[in-house]
Amino acid sequence: MIEAIAVLTQTLAFVALAPGLTGFIRWMKARLQGRRGAPVWQPYVELRKLFAKERVVSKTASWVFRAAPFVVFGTSVAVASLVPLVFVPTAYDRIGDLFAVVYLLLLGTFFLALAGLDTGSPFGGMGASREMTVVALTEPTVALSIFALALTAQSTNLGDIIRQTVAEPVRALGTGHLLAFTALFIVTLAETGRLPIDNPSTHLELTMIHEAMVLEYSGPYLALVEWAAALKLLIFFVIAANLFLPWGVAFGWSPARLILAFLLIVLKVGMLAVLVAVLETRVAKLRLFRVPELLSASFVMALLAVLSTFLLR
Amino acid sequence: MMAGSVALPLMLGGYVGGACLALVAPSSRAARYITALGAIVGSVAALAVAARVLVTAQPLVLTVPNVLAAAGGLVLSVDPLGAFFLAVVALGSLPAAIYGVSYTAAYEGRSSLQFFGLMFNVFLLGMSVVACAGNIFTFVLAWELMSLASYFLVMTEADVVETREAGLWYIAMTQFSLVTLLPMFLLLAPGAERTAFADLRVGAAHLTPQLRGIVFLLAVVGFGSKAGVVPLHVWLPRAHPAAPSHVSALMSGVMIKLGIYGVIRVAFDLMNGGPPWWGGLLLVVGSVSALLGVLYALMEHDLKRLLAYHSVENIGIIIIGLGAGAILHSYGLQTLATIGFAAALYHTLNHACFKGLLFLAAGNVVHRTHTRNMEEMGGLIKQMPQTALLFLIGSAAIAALPPLNGFASEWMVFQALLAGTSIPRPEVALGFPVAVGMLALASGLAAACFVKAFGISFLAMPRSAHAADAREAPASMRVAAWMLAGACILLGVGASVVVPALYRVLESVGGLVVDPQLAPAPGLWIEAPRALGHLSPVLIAALLASIVLVTVVTVHRVHRRPLRLSDTWGCGRIAQTPRMEYTASAFAEPLRRVFAELYRPTQDLTVSVHPDSPHFVQSITFTSEVRPWFEEVLYDPIVRAGRLIGVGVRRLQTGSVHLYLVYVVAALMAALASVWWWP
Amino acid sequence: MQLFSKIWRVGLVTEPVGPTDVEAVEIGRALDQRIKTLFGRALAIREVDAGSCNGCELEITGLTNPIYDMERFGMHFVASPRHADMLLVTGPVTRNMEIPLRKTYDATPDPKFVVSVGDCAKSCGVFADSYAVVGPVASVIPVDVHIAGCPPEPLDILRGILHALDRSDRQPQATR
Repeated sequence: MIEAIAVLTQTLAFVALAPGLTGFIRWMKARLQGRRGAPVWQPYVELRKLFAKERVVSKTASWVFRAAPFVVFGTSVAVASLVPLVFVPTAYDRIGDLFAVVYLLLLGTFFLALAGLDTGSPFGGMGASREMTVVALTEPTVALSIFALALTAQSTNLGDIIRQTVAEPVRALGTGHLLAFTALFIVTLAETGRLPIDNPSTHLELTMIHEAMVLEYSGPYLALVEWAAALKLLIFFVIAANLFLPWGVAFGWSPARLILAFLLIVLKVGMLAVLVAVLETRVAKLRLFRVPELLSASFVMALLAVLSTFLLR
Repeated sequence: MMAGSVALPLMLGGYVGGACLALVAPSSRAARYITALGAIVGSVAALAVAARVLVTAQPLVLTVPNVLAAAGGLVLSVDPLGAFFLAVVALGSLPAAIYGVSYTAAYEGRSSLQFFGLMFNVFLLGMSVVACAGNIFTFVLAWELMSLASYFLVMTEADVVETREAGLWYIAMTQFSLVTLLPMFLLLAPGAERTAFADLRVGAAHLTPQLRGIVFLLAVVGFGSKAGVVPLHVWLPRAHPAAPSHVSALMSGVMIKLGIYGVIRVAFDLMNGGPPWWGGLLLVVGSVSALLGVLYALMEHDLKRLLAYHSVENIGIIIIGLGAGAILHSYGLQTLATIGFAAALYHTLNHACFKGLLFLAAGNVVHRTHTRNMEEMGGLIKQMPQTALLFLIGSAAIAALPPLNGFASEWMVFQALLAGTSIPRPEVALGFPVAVGMLALASGLAAACFVKAFGISFLAMPRSAHAADAREAPASMRVAAWMLAGACILLGVGASVVVPALYRVLESVGGLVVDPQLAPAPGLWIEAPRALGHLSPVLIAALLASIVLVTVVTVHRVHRRPLRLSDTWGCGRIAQTPRMEYTASAFAEPLRRVFAELYRPTQDLTVSVHPDSPHFVQSITFTSEVRPWFEEVLYDPIVRAGRLIGVGVRRLQTGSVHLYLVYVVAALMAALASVWWWP
Repeated sequence: MQLFSKIWRVGLVTEPVGPTDVEAVEIGRALDQRIKTLFGRALAIREVDAGSCNGCELEITGLTNPIYDMERFGMHFVASPRHADMLLVTGPVTRNMEIPLRKTYDATPDPKFVVSVGDCAKSCGVFADSYAVVGPVASVIPVDVHIAGCPPEPLDILRGILHALDRSDRQPQATR
């Protein structure tokens, strides 16, 4: 019972913090570009504003278009409840493992791509086509990264992986883990639509991948889709931080440990956010047909991660 | 006792009765109803048989020794493995039978519905008896009945050229599989009189390892060509679109699974498993099939051909599970091996449900729009809302999205592959991560393919007059599809109940040892003994549903403005026509470019100009085709060689009676000489 | 690495906005207080070129550079009018752009307002009486705020929008 309340609180914290992460990355990029930029809490203001706006829906769209934001948001929140932010639940952890996380996110993307096709707009179709291509090509890398993590932990459940890595710190600094981390980082950039795969702040429809699918959304629908995208980014960052560098994650719920865990996760996610902001300032967007090359490179890294973990056992 | 002993003859009687009565039916309408009635009686009885055997774990036996006593007579012996596949057959037949009542009305006047009814029931009879067969004669008889009956069913629309070609390919491949299966069975039989499966087990134990290897290869080739593994799958994308939709559903959902049944029965039950290379071969063949199946499915615009290629992909996934289990079994890791076999069985069941559902829903669409080409459809979600929802459920299931059944069985296949890391030999264990990568890629591409299939066919605006005029399909067709959709949802959410039942089925398979203490009881979780992960599909479904509900309620409380309808945003263009929508070719184009080396698409651009001046273009025709290269490499030479041989042999047929008499005398003298020389 | 050392050396270059030249900004209809509070801190702008010479566009694109940096006030440009709160219209409305402009206005969800930029948007400027021009922006869609100039400077545009929303720049004077 206590665990259920704790997991609920953790999930709500996840959902509440997600726009802050996006805001922080935007603020960091602005400062790197030599301008003041919007404050870090700007996405919250924007979400509040969107809930007051009208919903305008295309005449050619069907119920799939109206249902998709709820499905995307719902799956993102469900995944957020499965990923340990500050503490690792024991019973709840067994509901879903890393494969469940990946396929729940795929469920959200599936519906969003359908919504892009639903309006009959060529931009939506183009966005759906490109997004599904990128997602399909990242699947093998994700599966192999999970494989590499599960090899050492002998389990695909997130709690077990964290426990195992905490118990054997030497393994965490091995080549297998480093390669898997790099591969997973590239996958994070691809799945959340960051540079160099997709530019989140572009206005040129022909260069869009994720944004093109949501061009038709307005008001609270747009708010849900944007929130889900921010949540997805935070989920990937927390997975990268807590599965590869899990020290600080609490296993019980003593308040001191939880506060320490919270500070540490904020620190870890902050570092990853700075890394992403610096990367986005440094690199240019890849041409769409060069993206598969980058994704194959990440696949090879993930495969090497598995091989090295296996051979160095 | 009573129910069990009545159900098996009732099943046979239902199918035979349906066949004979349909043939003599007075009108097409009567023929349709009698066909369905016979098939329904047979399927329900088959379900009863299967349920009884699965629950009690006692085999049911029925023998008719008088039929061809020299070959051992007709023996039906239903053990739990056979009962499982019988249940799969029945689960596919029941909805297909209900569906056929309204669907075949379109054939009145074009083909004989009496003949169709006969062949339909014979087909169902053949498939059911294959799963129940207890000796070689029964098995081969049922196998041939199944193949020939399905050939006639495929040829229902014989007025179309593609159908006739499809039929030719299909009958050639089925006869090829028979040619490989007969020597396999004969090698297994210890003696001429002893052809029951129990005797084959004894005979297999006495075979040398080389002969066992040959038997295994023959089984993989023979049963694999029926199942549709690459490169023996070439009949699938031709025959399944050509057949009527509920026949396609049966062929794709049920018949190809009997190939899997054959492999499990021969390799793991009769021969008790073998060396690691058996499993390795299965793993390689399965991975290649899964990946190539989905890659060719992506390039298809014919809705039914796309579904047929996906059957190749899913058979690949099933065989990956089998291969993983087989390798683990050959290294003695029994409890981990059962994960692989259970995953294969689970995916067999699930694929039958969602592929049947998809074919039936596609049949609804084809029935109303009179086209199979996706590029002419669109907007059907508004005209055919139930069919659209059914197709969406099927698409989500086949794309392995939680909490439906496809996700649960793919999860189990992944767990089986993860278990491969326990194998002591590193060079063998390294094949497993590669298989994981290929399976994940196939799964992602399947999701992309079904976004295309559902999105282009059902969403946005109609691209042709056919699609604009479509209405919802008749009730019986929808009811049949809803039955399968319900099965998809129940099998997904109830995975934690289904999986332990599968372990009990595997206990009966000779070569597998399932430790009863480690086999889990039904609960909320899917667990495998000493497995590497935990999953609870029912709790995930509950979690997802509650979150979505809370979000919907909160948003509608907070946001009070009404919705406004407007035109699609198109940068302010004047009007929106269906030609501005995205097409199926455009959707698949990025992936076509990424995998261009595999596809080798051909492009042909013809520009025809006005005769008076080369500067006035009259028409531009662009054709791009993706033709599977292994058909060119493997099949074209064989077909050409066959033609050459045929042309050469034709020279013997001169038409002169004197020459034919010379042939007869020469053959007679050769026969007499052979008797004299080889007593 | 040269990039990052340059970033460190140059620092922030954003200039303060300063007080508004009230004559250059015409507020046609006083904006609803509700709109002012709603969009005061977060404003999504969709720019529509209804036939201008692009002089105003050059000034408008300057708004996103580090010197003028409109993002510090929470404003940003969006690609789709469905995401927009405000339409920023330039140019005399040509015949070919009349329907697209109406469609853009229709596609934008309520609450919304329109700001027209440049003399052409108010009185068609040098293009008045041309055969290709329909009329000023106000004759096609309702305009709330007009910013005069040919072309107006980016700071004028920025001040105009802020004045319409009753916001002022509270940033410190010195930049570095």
